[in-house]
Amino acid sequence: MDSVAVQSNVAENDQNLWEGAKEPFKASYGKLMMWYFLVSDAFTFAGFLIAYGALKFSMPTWPLPDFVFSSLPGGIHHAPLIFVTIMTFVLIASSVTMVRAVQEGHRENKNGVVFWMGMTILGGLAFLGCQAWEWTTLIAGENMTVTTNPFGTHVVDGVYLDDEHGHPYEAGATPETFHAGQTYLIHKDHDTDEWIQRRYKAENGAVAQQAFGPKAFGALFFFITGFHGFHVFSGVLFLLIIMINAASGLYAARKNGYEMVEKIGLYWHFVDLVWVFVFLAYYLL
Amino acid sequence: MEHTDINHAKQVVFKGLILLGVITIVEVLIALFGNGHLIAGMTLPKWIMYPVMIGLSLYKAYFIVYEFMHMKYEIQGLRMSVLLPMLLLVWAVIAFFNEGNHWKHNRQVVQDRNQIGIEQINAMPAADPAHGQEDHSDHEH
Repeated sequence: MDSVAVQSNVAENDQNLWEGAKEPFKASYGKLMMWYFLVSDAFTFAGFLIAYGALKFSMPTWPLPDFVFSSLPGGIHHAPLIFVTIMTFVLIASSVTMVRAVQEGHRENKNGVVFWMGMTILGGLAFLGCQAWEWTTLIAGENMTVTTNPFGTHVVDGVYLDDEHGHPYEAGATPETFHAGQTYLIHKDHDTDEWIQRRYKAENGAVAQQAFGPKAFGALFFFITGFHGFHVFSGVLFLLIIMINAASGLYAARKNGYEMVEKIGLYWHFVDLVWVFVFLAYYLL
Repeated sequence: MEHTDINHAKQVVFKGLILLGVITIVEVLIALFGNGHLIAGMTLPKWIMYPVMIGLSLYKAYFIVYEFMHMKYEIQGLRMSVLLPMLLLVWAVIAFFNEGNHWKHNRQVVQDRNQIGIEQINAMPAADPAHGQEDHSDHEH
């Protein structure tokens, strides 16, 4: 577009050259390539999330997120979505501290960069800790795996014939009722390690047993949040390396200053950006 | 953007923190209220909940890319070369969600035929619709 201006700029200032060529888009090679890496990564995540949507649409029922994700540390249950909301805040906070680190980089304030990158790393680690707790709850507590999904959903209204331990209700007990669309968790017997699939009587009189939920739910959950968590984990490693480099004074001596901080900042914000959509698809919708 | 006034910079950061936090809270409140967790018996229809939550998430995404990732300060060419390819995803969403619906329909057809042919399947747990979910066959195009 304004090639004349760019050319005169090039003639004056050799620092803006990419080995003899003009600088496209007035962005450095590193930043531009980071953007294009993020474009490709966005397509990977989009592939996962679209697969999630397609498989969800292909199932007659799907577990309700506000039932599945309703535990809090300390043995608290029936707190729908609260824990993932906290995780989201942790990630937003770490994104904000990253913005501060980049700003301090522009001001060439070494201590500021190191401090705010340190805060960002703490945020990333806190998020990973939350995710580890979430996975532990689902795997060890609720027995969800890549191939087994104990979260089923009723398609009819009805009444249970067995109590929560899988034994038929005693005479005089008030049996538990349920509605179509309600999600349930199939527990395991602590002693025998066998699934307790409670029998129920549907409205039309048919007697059936709690069925397992769509397998894809567990597989997609662990792959999508795992892939995102892996991004957070590698982001923390890169943040750590760049923070140490910054602390050592490496970037103060560089011609492009703290550009590495900007590049890892782009990556870190992208991880937050992806979480916005994981949060939307997996927990809200 | 070099040597931004530090007070202005802090203001941008503070604004971002509040904005993203508040939008997230609103989204979660809509999800909880809409599904009847806040006031017993009160729910919202999905056609209100879903567009609002999707819209708010897209706004969060816009804010992160434009403010936090400084896309606002990049030149038009860079902006377009990153954002325009994302439009391909619009068709991917339409096509694959449609395909998902088709799989569900196919499974139902197969199940209905089986029930017509073999009466006893009705009595077996294998005829349970939830059980049929476990194979989402890839060769049903």
